[in-house]
Amino acid sequence: MNLIQKIKKNVLIPFFAFIFAFFIGGLVIVFSDPEVMSNLKSPSKFLTTALSKIGNSYLAVFQGSIFDINLARGESFFKGFYPLSETIVTATPLILTGLAVTLAFRSGLFNIGAQGQFIFGAIGASYVGFHFDLPPVIHPIVAIITGVFLAGIYGGIVGLLKAKTGAHEVIVTIMLNYIAGFFILWVLKTSVFLRPGRIDPLAPEVNPNSRLSQFLGEDLRIHVGIFIALAAALFVWWLLKKSTLGFKFRAVGANANAARSAGISIAFVTTSTMVLCGGLAGLGGAVHVLGTEYALTNNIGGSLGFDAITVALLGGAAPLGTVIAALLFAALRTGGTTLQSNTGTPAEIIQVIQALIVLFIAAPALIKGIFRLKQSSTDKTLTAKGWNG
Amino acid sequence: MSNLTAQQLRQVRGLITMGVITIFAFYAFYFNSDKTESITFGFIVGNEWVLLKEWVVASKTGAGIFLICSMFGLLIGYLEFKAKRTLTFSSLIFGFGFVMSFLCWAASGKFIPFTGLLQGSLMLSIPLIFGSMSGLLCEKSGVINIAIEGQLLAAAFVSGIVASLTQNSIWGLVAAPFAGALISLLLAIFAIKYAVDQVIIGFVINVLVIGFTGFIYSELLVEYEEKWNSGPSFSSIEIPLLSKIPIIGPVLFNQTIIVYLMYVIVIVIQIALFKSKWGLRTRAVGEMPVAADSVGINVNRLRFFNVMLAGFVAGIGGAYFTIGSVGSFTKQMTAGAGFIALAGLIFGKWSPRGAVIAALFFGFADNLQSTLTIIGLAIPSEFMLMVPYVATIIAVSGVVGRVRAPAADGIPYSRGNK
Repeated sequence: MNLIQKIKKNVLIPFFAFIFAFFIGGLVIVFSDPEVMSNLKSPSKFLTTALSKIGNSYLAVFQGSIFDINLARGESFFKGFYPLSETIVTATPLILTGLAVTLAFRSGLFNIGAQGQFIFGAIGASYVGFHFDLPPVIHPIVAIITGVFLAGIYGGIVGLLKAKTGAHEVIVTIMLNYIAGFFILWVLKTSVFLRPGRIDPLAPEVNPNSRLSQFLGEDLRIHVGIFIALAAALFVWWLLKKSTLGFKFRAVGANANAARSAGISIAFVTTSTMVLCGGLAGLGGAVHVLGTEYALTNNIGGSLGFDAITVALLGGAAPLGTVIAALLFAALRTGGTTLQSNTGTPAEIIQVIQALIVLFIAAPALIKGIFRLKQSSTDKTLTAKGWNG
Repeated sequence: MSNLTAQQLRQVRGLITMGVITIFAFYAFYFNSDKTESITFGFIVGNEWVLLKEWVVASKTGAGIFLICSMFGLLIGYLEFKAKRTLTFSSLIFGFGFVMSFLCWAASGKFIPFTGLLQGSLMLSIPLIFGSMSGLLCEKSGVINIAIEGQLLAAAFVSGIVASLTQNSIWGLVAAPFAGALISLLLAIFAIKYAVDQVIIGFVINVLVIGFTGFIYSELLVEYEEKWNSGPSFSSIEIPLLSKIPIIGPVLFNQTIIVYLMYVIVIVIQIALFKSKWGLRTRAVGEMPVAADSVGINVNRLRFFNVMLAGFVAGIGGAYFTIGSVGSFTKQMTAGAGFIALAGLIFGKWSPRGAVIAALFFGFADNLQSTLTIIGLAIPSEFMLMVPYVATIIAVSGVVGRVRAPAADGIPYSRGNK
């Protein structure tokens, strides 16, 4: 694949996918708004109200995710970047869980279980965070290692079951997500995790020593977790591109039969991939607890499991792509909150737009058909193996 | 032992596991049980509220009786194994005995509304059964359907809105299958025409439907509830004679029209899949599309047809959430039922009968959990809630028996490109 083709594939298609998704998202916003629709009788009025509605909505998304001019005018120019800091805070766990899905994709596995693995990482880090009293720097490291370890085991179960019994990872990870969801509900009710004086499912806050530092001051919530996430992305890139283990992963992902003939143990690759994926998602959970949330709640995972997959798909199952996609989706997410509060348009529209983006990217043939781009023979869309794979 | 096939080895392993569980249960629920109070089962016989029968049994005695039932199941299992048959019937008897003995032990001194327990289980199973039938229709012909959740949710959404706008639940029921089919159309176009990976596309469709219905819900259904989200729901129809059958009569034959439709659909699918020309072709296309193509079956057209049909079926199931029970729609009201239905399909080894049994089991486990939580039980409800999911993992791991999907499931078909 030469450079131009590469640019076409990695830039042009996502670009068109974005334009398309935002266009359809705009239509949905307009057609579901009774106020705008009431102007339907006079086309010119309808068009202006519709366009201003869409414009205001997307402007609110930008304001809520990148730069808020009102904040900048009010206090300081620097303060205007508060939304950007929020975007990066949201992106941090998204990058890590996205990597957990990306890495699995490269070994031919579809890891829907980032949610459950994330939860176990969060539980481990939270426990070490509030239960022990360790010196700074060491404390977060121990907490993170605990979370990663727990989540690694949780992910490893999937790989081991697949390797030993052929149980399909999609079904096992879906089930394990539910189990993790119930498990955290139970854990938060136990006397160990119950915050003294409270009866609702809320763990104690982690000790100040164990928290990840907010390196731009107390006003901005951005914390060192983003560097951990970027380092993890670098690690995954190195693993896949430069290491022997990563070569085995990719070999199995590309053609399991050929890899087996070449003497690569599929069982080993499946298990170690899932352990690493679990660890990555768990790192996300740990970082999220120690850097952003401080206290474990039953909803700590949110919809991260789903988002992680959309991020990995958008990122083309490549580490750099995943980072960029996570930042983009985080921007949409944080922007969605502002969208809802400023214009009254429900934030779920962001989820629709995200799904549409991935839909168009997952089906390059469709976009190419629409825009009459040249079909290249080297195109390979992402694949997960069927039930028997 | 050494000359057993892999299948038989697994059966031996399964039987040994059942045996160990029985011994453990005898120890825990009978010999070592400190429960002295008795348990009361309430049955509704015949007309509701009119004839309430109670069965009182001492905790230990009850546990013992049902464990003997389990051992009986084990014996049948051994006979089935000797006769080289699958261990279906025996597992059912074993499971029934085990669950009942557990109940006798756990709910000692309490009252269990047995008929209510069964009714609740069936109610929870209904959308699962519709969902797994939808998955079955797709997967038997070779298209993986992860989008069941999306089909159910879209149909629940549309049927709720249509019923509210027309103030007529019949129109809601008419519209629901088309909503399911619309989602199917998306799946079919991407999976069959554009050959996009089916697991991924199904997944993305779910996110899309969750987002879209959530958006419209917040934008329209909450604000203009009177107009958009206050639909009526079906009332139960009692079938004469059949509803008078003791225990199961009031459970099975005093239901809404959606449930009766479900009986028909399940029976038709079970028969058609194994007895009709369409069924034979469907299975051929799902197992070996090349061979099917070579005898003149249009593989992709049949797949398209089946995926659309699946959408209609799932659509009726989706209607159950709104007009079949509460009437109005709420955000993400299917709450993962589509994924459980998918698990049920796999749990039931891709057969209609198996999927129904699996769905009933999931519904029962779910409802048993809430019943036990209400009467107050030592075991945390979260662990009871985990049971169906753990059971599914055990099932797909092949402890009970190897499950095998249709051979061409998930592989797009195009001539000359296998």
